[in-house]
Amino acid sequence: MADKLISKIPEGPLSEKWTKHKTQLRVVNPGNKRKIEIIVIGTGLGGASAAASLGELGYNVKVFCISDSPRRAHSIAAQGGINAAKNYQNDNDSVYRLFYETIKGGDYRSREANVYRLAEVSGNIIDQCVAQGVPFAREYGGLLANRSFGGAQVSRTFYARGQTGQQLLLGAYAALNRQIAAGTVKSYPRHEMLDLVLINGEAKGIIARNLVTGEIERFGAHAVVLASGGYGNTYFLSTNAMNSNGSAAWQCYKKGAYFANPCFAQIHPTCIPVHGDQQSKLTLMSESLRNDGRIWVPKKKEDVMKLRKKEIKPSDIPEEDRDYYLERRYPAFGNLVPRDVASRAAKERCDAGYGVNETGLAVFLDFSTAIERLGVEKIRERYGNLFQMYQKITDTDPYKEPMMIYPAIHYTMGGLWVDYNLQTTIPGLYAIGEANFSDHGGNRLGASALMQGLADGYFILPYTIGDYLATQFKNPKTDTSAPEFEEAEKKVRAKIDRLLSIKGKHTVDEIHKKLGHIMWEYVGMARNEAGLKKAIELIKELRKEFWSDVYVAGDKDNFNQELEKAIRLADFLEIGELMARDALNRKESCGGHFREEMQTEDGETKRDDEHFMYVAAWEYKGEDEAPEMHKEALKYENIKIATRNYKD
Amino acid sequence: MDFTLRIWRQKNAKSEGHFETYQVKNISPDSSFLEMLDILNEQLIHEGMDPVAVERGCQSSGPVSFDHDCREGICGACSLYINGRAHGPDDEVTTCQLHMRKFHDGDTITIEPWRSKGFPVIKDLVVDRKAFDKILQAGGFISVGTGGVPDGNAILISHETAEESMDGAACIGCGACVATCKNGSAMLFVAARVSSLALLPQGKVEGAKRAKAMVAKMDELGFGACTNTRACEMECPKHITVSHIARLNREFLCAKFKD
Repeated sequence: MADKLISKIPEGPLSEKWTKHKTQLRVVNPGNKRKIEIIVIGTGLGGASAAASLGELGYNVKVFCISDSPRRAHSIAAQGGINAAKNYQNDNDSVYRLFYETIKGGDYRSREANVYRLAEVSGNIIDQCVAQGVPFAREYGGLLANRSFGGAQVSRTFYARGQTGQQLLLGAYAALNRQIAAGTVKSYPRHEMLDLVLINGEAKGIIARNLVTGEIERFGAHAVVLASGGYGNTYFLSTNAMNSNGSAAWQCYKKGAYFANPCFAQIHPTCIPVHGDQQSKLTLMSESLRNDGRIWVPKKKEDVMKLRKKEIKPSDIPEEDRDYYLERRYPAFGNLVPRDVASRAAKERCDAGYGVNETGLAVFLDFSTAIERLGVEKIRERYGNLFQMYQKITDTDPYKEPMMIYPAIHYTMGGLWVDYNLQTTIPGLYAIGEANFSDHGGNRLGASALMQGLADGYFILPYTIGDYLATQFKNPKTDTSAPEFEEAEKKVRAKIDRLLSIKGKHTVDEIHKKLGHIMWEYVGMARNEAGLKKAIELIKELRKEFWSDVYVAGDKDNFNQELEKAIRLADFLEIGELMARDALNRKESCGGHFREEMQTEDGETKRDDEHFMYVAAWEYKGEDEAPEMHKEALKYENIKIATRNYKD
Repeated sequence: MDFTLRIWRQKNAKSEGHFETYQVKNISPDSSFLEMLDILNEQLIHEGMDPVAVERGCQSSGPVSFDHDCREGICGACSLYINGRAHGPDDEVTTCQLHMRKFHDGDTITIEPWRSKGFPVIKDLVVDRKAFDKILQAGGFISVGTGGVPDGNAILISHETAEESMDGAACIGCGACVATCKNGSAMLFVAARVSSLALLPQGKVEGAKRAKAMVAKMDELGFGACTNTRACEMECPKHITVSHIARLNREFLCAKFKD
């Protein structure tokens, strides 16, 4: 079935592909748009912007989210900023440069045409958000301000203090509210999609659980848009929100949508270190801090020991005894190397015994040089809320002593396979934002997730989905009493009944933590063949334990958070295995995927372009069957493939 | 650290609630308040699955439901009235950022849901804040569609104005202001949005209309009036000040004069 992987990348020069493609896409006339229904799953930047834009066009939209309000989607927590090739700083930025740096940052594992389009519409996003009233940071003359982010050599990141995601989401949520008020969008908060319904092989609806009443409900549409985010919580501890999960995307996979590059998970270098086993999640400290913060560990082991015993303070260690290892190893980019590089470098120092806290798993992020240069007030203005957050969590003052940080799971580049139109291998099912795989390759650059979510939702999907819907407007409303809905609902009910009837000895969280340990140990920052094989076996065993010995408290006809968690964990236990399988197959190191067998002498990633320059798209083959992998070859016609170099 | 917890339990919106008392032990001072509740819940689930414990009468109402998500103080999902204060004893934090080191070993902690006519209880500590969405749907936006907007730098906004607008825009919609107000007023929430938009040239155009529509919706949904006690400002985890209420009043009066 490899012929399902038709990427639909338009012919012609890179810079003209999207323009030309748009002219060839079919459109639906306004009168017919009113007859069409679209379901959008998720209300983060992708989902909210898509639902609002589709509503404005005149479609009937139903938008679902698991939280009590669309505004709480996890995009809200993005801190640092959003990239756009505006070249406002006159530092020679361009669409091409943003495109090039994104492909390079992703270690040459993303699609040229998709990434170019992303860079092309990036400027429109800023204009759109300003018009909506997003209070971006401004210079004293009233123009928009910029800062720098990792992997970029220009300053193109727009920001609103350390709350950029919040402000962009509130902008999209406001646009959504306007459509809800206008009646084009109907909002279903506290609803969780539990299955996708196909009719004649096309996506025509969903089964959802009303999280307040426990009712299982059917919703029909002419098309379904998945904007449900990533699957980083497979690791239990991550920077994702507690309720973020991969279940909606996973149900689509099980209904036939291919899952691409599941092993590409991003480990963010600057998170607050783990403090103990009572911990429920990890907190990110924005990458923007690397603009002014310098990362170091002591040069001398005796200083490390004294730090761990709290006999000395970090500020007691003289300048010449500090190892600013990123500046030492990567002089050209210094502290602003991409995330995967910075994470591995921290791990390398900690593995070598230079970790600075009791657990040996932390490095310093130090602002003393910047505070000397700019003064406390300037630093407070730039990062005040982040410093406050750090202080509240750790009880130490980062204005006086350096922060302690360590890498943590943050984002998943893999996701549902989509073509250039953002359509999955199931006709009528679209995936946008973090839920798809297309733009970030093996590693996402900072401030690019917000860019992609909004690009997809505001400027790409509303165009491309019309091409499919133009074939649909003659179809009547989807009938939710169809046998396909009947069957899907029956299966969902049976799954819930089964979970509640096990009544075993382990809580949902206990099993999730075990899965997290397996994932972090064997499918984390460094992976190898033996470990990955072991992980697959361990996850299978754990899955058995889950289905025979989990205890799900409460009942199904009520608000029941334990049941919600159990349903999601059942899927994480399958996603984890696919991640390990994909990592095992990809016998090369690229981006966030580091295979120990494939490294250079100085410990950098070693790609194998000859054998692995492809997207691995996995097809579900049934329970306990091995999935089948399909390859989409990646072609680089405009970029010269090179080894990523952040040294010179 | 060990604690005695008095927690409000309520099966659903229709049933009556009551307090139940629990003990938790060996809590790390570095644990967050919600992590402490996670530990309690694990304990309650284990009790529930132990038939002997159930026979002894240990059966509680099961794990405690509470809203939470990002656990880094930005999504606004977590709530909780802790020892009579919204988001607990620490200043300028949400409950998820409150740490147990702010309490003393052996303390008794009373935990209640937000109490307000505008926020009916769904279960235990979870309340329904749909009213906030409805207020924003009444006008908490700038009426622009996707596309066809001017260049971002075409609109000049002074640094100070952008910062002031951002102060209001920082609202996370948690509802602490309503829960803490003796009148159950949503004025600070409404004002933060109205003022943040009214400060910007893009938002000024609809300023008066917006203020009127949002205030009318707030009244309609059963939120109380503002009597300037400033309790909301004291408890706002994002330090949103009542100066925004002053700006809302100005916009509102302008609208009334035009009528």
